[in-house]
Amino acid sequence: MTGLLSLRGISKRFSNTPVLRDVALQIAEGEFLTILGESGSGKTTLLRIISGFERPDTGEVWMGTQRIDTLAPNRRDVNTVFQHYALFPHLSVFENVAYGLRAHRVPENEIKSRVEAALAQVNMTAFTSRRPTALSGGQQQRVALARALVNRPRVLLLDEPLSALDANLRRQMQSELKTLQRDVGITFIFVTHDQEEAMTLSDRIALLRSGELEQVSTPRDLYNHPQTEYAATFVGQTNLLRDGSQLLSLRPEHIRITTRDTVAGANVVRLKGTLRRQTFNGPTDLLEIECENGLKLTVRAPNQPARPSEIWLEWTRDAAVPIKPSCTHERTAG
Amino acid sequence: MYSRAYSRLVTIPPLLWVTLFLLIPYLFLFCFSFWQVHAQVIVHSWTLSNYGQLFHNPIYLQVLLRSIRIAASVTLLALCLGVPLAYYVSFRSGTAKNLLYQLVIIPLWVSYLVRAYAWKTILGSNGVLNTLLQYTHLAQHAIGFLLYSPFAVVLTLTHIYTPFAFLPIYASLEHIPRNLIEASQDLGASRSRTFWKVIFPLALPGIVAGATFAFVLSLGDFLAPLLLGGPSGIMISNIVVSLFGAAYDWPLGAAVAVVMLIFVMALIASTERLERKLSFT
Amino acid sequence: MFRSRWLSIHAAVVFAFLYLPIGVLAVYSFNGESVGGFPPRGWTLNWYRLLAGDSALWASVVNSLIVAIAAVAISIAIGLPAALALDRVRFPGKAFFRRIVLLPLILPGVITGISLLTLFVTVGMKLSLVTIALGHGTALISVAATEILAGLQKFDRAQEEASLDLGAGQWRTFWRVTLPNLRLSIIAAVLLIFTLSMDEIAVSFFLIGRDNTLPLEIWSRLRRGITPEINAISTVIFCFSLITIVLWYRIRQARTSETTPAASVQ
Repeated sequence: MTGLLSLRGISKRFSNTPVLRDVALQIAEGEFLTILGESGSGKTTLLRIISGFERPDTGEVWMGTQRIDTLAPNRRDVNTVFQHYALFPHLSVFENVAYGLRAHRVPENEIKSRVEAALAQVNMTAFTSRRPTALSGGQQQRVALARALVNRPRVLLLDEPLSALDANLRRQMQSELKTLQRDVGITFIFVTHDQEEAMTLSDRIALLRSGELEQVSTPRDLYNHPQTEYAATFVGQTNLLRDGSQLLSLRPEHIRITTRDTVAGANVVRLKGTLRRQTFNGPTDLLEIECENGLKLTVRAPNQPARPSEIWLEWTRDAAVPIKPSCTHERTAG
Repeated sequence: MYSRAYSRLVTIPPLLWVTLFLLIPYLFLFCFSFWQVHAQVIVHSWTLSNYGQLFHNPIYLQVLLRSIRIAASVTLLALCLGVPLAYYVSFRSGTAKNLLYQLVIIPLWVSYLVRAYAWKTILGSNGVLNTLLQYTHLAQHAIGFLLYSPFAVVLTLTHIYTPFAFLPIYASLEHIPRNLIEASQDLGASRSRTFWKVIFPLALPGIVAGATFAFVLSLGDFLAPLLLGGPSGIMISNIVVSLFGAAYDWPLGAAVAVVMLIFVMALIASTERLERKLSFT
Repeated sequence: MFRSRWLSIHAAVVFAFLYLPIGVLAVYSFNGESVGGFPPRGWTLNWYRLLAGDSALWASVVNSLIVAIAAVAISIAIGLPAALALDRVRFPGKAFFRRIVLLPLILPGVITGISLLTLFVTVGMKLSLVTIALGHGTALISVAATEILAGLQKFDRAQEEASLDLGAGQWRTFWRVTLPNLRLSIIAAVLLIFTLSMDEIAVSFFLIGRDNTLPLEIWSRLRRGITPEINAISTVIFCFSLITIVLWYRIRQARTSETTPAASVQ
């Protein structure tokens, strides 16, 4: 794939602890890529290597035909939305957004029109002369976005920008971000530990574990066809089954509740079990069922308050996806 | 959350002590400034004549102006030395940061007298600097104005008070969130632009505080002028000291002190207001 | 990078400016000749020997120690409740109280000295080490209050609330929770006050009776003429200051690391 951004063999250590191990990634023009991982997985370090605030120990970063990992942060065609916004408290919203344009000596009248356009894009035109300390978290978030986007970078980096917002505001901002990316059309690289957020927003997800890329695919692919045990358990919930020496992942919603008398089809597995716990989950119930053979399964079923304790389950054999077992990695720093 | 007894116990003793040993003495000082001295005895007759003397006798104004000039020079030098140093230690010194900070603070703890005396040995006509210059033939004979002059006072006071000025400047630099520096670089700004547009404005309150320290402490200093100032380097505190000593005119001395007090407090009040205005966080 | 080079040169120059004079003193304390000419000639421990046998000087050292210990006692005894009051209690005149407590820090020592003198003279108290101790103690309350206040503000109030919630009274809470947390601040304050008192001249100048403190003893000798013995004692004082300040700094660092949770690296 011809990519816009190419990470080749990136490794990084912090005082003898490896944080990134030989990471290679190609990112396409205009795509919304999320780097997903737990804390300590190295995701922020990877982002900072792209923006220039860390240098890789080995490896290179290329943008198109230019190698950029040797460039200082202020010389890359990359802008960052920082985790706690990092707005300049002594400057107004207008001056914050204009900052990058002034640094590039853009003429004054062009500054005015571009800043106003950028603020309009994030719905913050009413706040031009306010100071950041007078804004709420969500508003600061938007100004930080405008400040980065007004410079028309080829790549926008977002370092867990929504983690400080409460749930409702977060959902709202997620949809605004997605729309914004479509409108602006540039590459977004988004870092988060929240797998739901990653699945909602991304064109592709790069799952990072202890400094290594576990899997890179579209959200749907990652969910339906996880390649490893870690991927299967990190994204969404799953049941882990053994078939001889093969490990399988079976999603809770693929297990159907059936009756004792139903006849199983050729490719269908049937089991009887006892309902151990039923948790109300909104649109569905989550059932914990202990089967006759000792297997414990989590099953997602429609919202139904009263259930018998004796339950019959079945699923299509193909629904159980083969995965590679994950060896226990030492966690990297943090 | 705190009981009456607790509140009383922590407020009353300090209040009493401070009233007895700070407030009342200042009040006494104030009263003394209105009294007079007749034949070596302090007479409690109330008069404004001491203040009159201050304003009519040109020597007091002269000394006050010289003190202000010296204090201003010291402040300027302390800032020129202290601001780049604070920036360097705070932002650019890497792993040496802690060590460098300690190195700046250590002179603060070394006896004032020791440091002033050190300059005396260096600047005298038989002192280290002069003999060095003559030994290396950089000078034909001893340079006289090095010692017993306002120059010596300014040099010594700068030496003493630069670390004082450094402290609040460094503190305000340390308070600047580092992600602001990264944001500035991310947006394309050079090191120079980042300093003048982001770091300096946010450090201004600390710089003003440092300047105030250096100015006020220099203005009221009496040791350096006494050791190194000579007759041309006398400052206003020396006048107070001599009026309370050999010249024996306590009321006049008190009047000078009161004027100093009011001047200093007015200055502090206005710089505090300036600091508040300049503070953005 | 260009800027870095100039900055480090500037820093080096400033450090040279700050340390060379003291270095010169140290060198000349071993100087064979008694005058500070360049280059230093001879090498002798003579001045240190003279120092060791100077009983008047040692008497003043003892006086200074007595005063410093008394000053520490007073400053902490008044400064600790003052810091607690400023941090927790609302009382009339609080803003004024805060100002006047901190005043001796920024006000020229001369003013504090002569106002205390007027007090003692008016009540007829004789000038002695006692008056000096009272002067130091009062002037340095501000140091104690500032250090302890800084420690209080780093201190998590919820610990005290937890203690009360679990049934402990105000006094037990103070002794078992508050005070141990302030331990480092108090030690730092003690070190600082002790050092400042040992070196104090401005206030002492006016409150002195028959007995000299160390700085005033050195001062009176300076007036009579320079002797290299003074170089020797200056060097000794410098070494002591060095040890004290390193100690103080370590304590301060310990206090910071005590109260901040370990940050996680990402």
